[in-house]
Amino acid sequence: MKYDLIVIGGGPAGLSAAYEAYNNGIENILILERDKEMGGILNQCIHNGFGVHSFKEELTGPEYAQRYVEMLSSTKVSTKLDTMVLSIENDGDMKKVEAINTEEGYLSLETKAVILAMGCRERTRGAIQIPGARPSGVFTAGTAQRYVNMEGYMVGKRVVILGSGDIGLIMARRMTLEGAKVEACVELMPYSNGLNRNIVQCLDDYDIPLLLAHTITDIKGKHRLEGVTIQKVDENRNPIPGTERDIECDTLLLSVGLIPENEITKNAGIAIDPRTSGPLVNEAMETNVKGIFACGNVVHVHDLVDFVSEEGKKAGLSASRFIKDELKEGQDVTEIKNGDRVNYTVPQNIRLENILDGQEIMFRVSNVFKNINITVRNSEGELIKKMRRPVVAPGEMEKIKLKREEIEKAQGLLTIALEEVI
Amino acid sequence: MREMICIVCPKGCRLSVDQQPDGEIIVMGNACNRGIPYAKKELTNPTRVITSTVKISGGIHKRLPVKTSIDIPKGLNFKVMEELSKIELQSPIKVGTVIIENILDTGANIVATRDM
Repeated sequence: MKYDLIVIGGGPAGLSAAYEAYNNGIENILILERDKEMGGILNQCIHNGFGVHSFKEELTGPEYAQRYVEMLSSTKVSTKLDTMVLSIENDGDMKKVEAINTEEGYLSLETKAVILAMGCRERTRGAIQIPGARPSGVFTAGTAQRYVNMEGYMVGKRVVILGSGDIGLIMARRMTLEGAKVEACVELMPYSNGLNRNIVQCLDDYDIPLLLAHTITDIKGKHRLEGVTIQKVDENRNPIPGTERDIECDTLLLSVGLIPENEITKNAGIAIDPRTSGPLVNEAMETNVKGIFACGNVVHVHDLVDFVSEEGKKAGLSASRFIKDELKEGQDVTEIKNGDRVNYTVPQNIRLENILDGQEIMFRVSNVFKNINITVRNSEGELIKKMRRPVVAPGEMEKIKLKREEIEKAQGLLTIALEEVI
Repeated sequence: MREMICIVCPKGCRLSVDQQPDGEIIVMGNACNRGIPYAKKELTNPTRVITSTVKISGGIHKRLPVKTSIDIPKGLNFKVMEELSKIELQSPIKVGTVIIENILDTGANIVATRDM
């Protein structure tokens, strides 16, 4: 089969990208989704707080997903569920996508453009190397969320949560409401990476202690988890001897970060940015392989689904422009670098030829800073833009919008940094 | 003066809330108008939207997600959960379908948050 556009992943990024491409005149679109329904992780996020930006109302995850599914149902975009993409090959003008499903078996699909929207995966116990026994009862928070909210299995009765990212916080409340006792939420850093509102309505509302600058240093239990040892950490995040404390529990939920899922991307020879663990992208959300675009959590992990949809829209528009031959190759490439106290930027490079009125740059700061300037400097170190912020935190993605004339001053390089207010 | 975090939207504004001797409540730090009623309610009668699931058979999953149509007093959270545990539905259900009307006399309905 031949398509104009294949979107890999039917979560919020993919749905939004496909819808936008369709609305820009591309009709022959296919979305490939490995789950048995569209919507991705939104389907298990039954809590509310989604859509405040996109729909100007507060929706639950399933409601948000259904809005997009309904929007797409009035289009000619086709979908394949239960379908796993195996590889993407770049054959010059056409790209080959290989996939499998149980009904059609092996599929070899041809397409002019591809949008990567595979989302991200949770970091596991292995990724953070917690010592101790290997009993059952240790879950990633998102897995537990799917069990509880969709499959109808309660995962445990006495719970400790490691990590205070949003999924961990949401699961602390969820487990409590379902009758479990959440003993503590343990956070390695001296601050939480979760949204403030989630600390209030998920932990404070239920008197769940948030132990900052603590970690788990032992896991006990023969068959089922019986308890964990927690310990304070110093400023270098090393456990402080003598501060050990045992907590009895049968369940440990890990909310210790998300990693963009890029196996297919890497195998296709697409360049990955080690800072984001996602593909390097330009102003059009295009990877370094022409005609392959990316959006959402596969590029960098977002805080809000609204921003994922927004990025999907950008990728969808760009893919449609590429298919219609409107996207310029561009000779005037400006590299965007992260300077002091900034961990990464997206996009990592922009082509002036494709900038209409301006370009939004997203980035994350490396620590919590108060009363600080966000600065943009060019290759000569000259200040191009400065914005003061009362507080910035790694848990909240920052955005800065650059006007075309500001980008013109870059001379090939823009550095985004945090600088002290003088 | 009380410091609180607005939970109306994910922005999470840091509010300073001050109750004057005459009872008037002054709110500062809110980026939008919705912060003012939130802060007032949070001081007098804190409320929350409850989201959970109920049993369903014949659907693509075993649980149907639901929510309270409006925010309800925070103290009723567990009582709502008790009511939800009594529900057993049969697919198909449409998003927005009222599952329990006026739950616990709060004026809120329990509604389905997806088709199943």
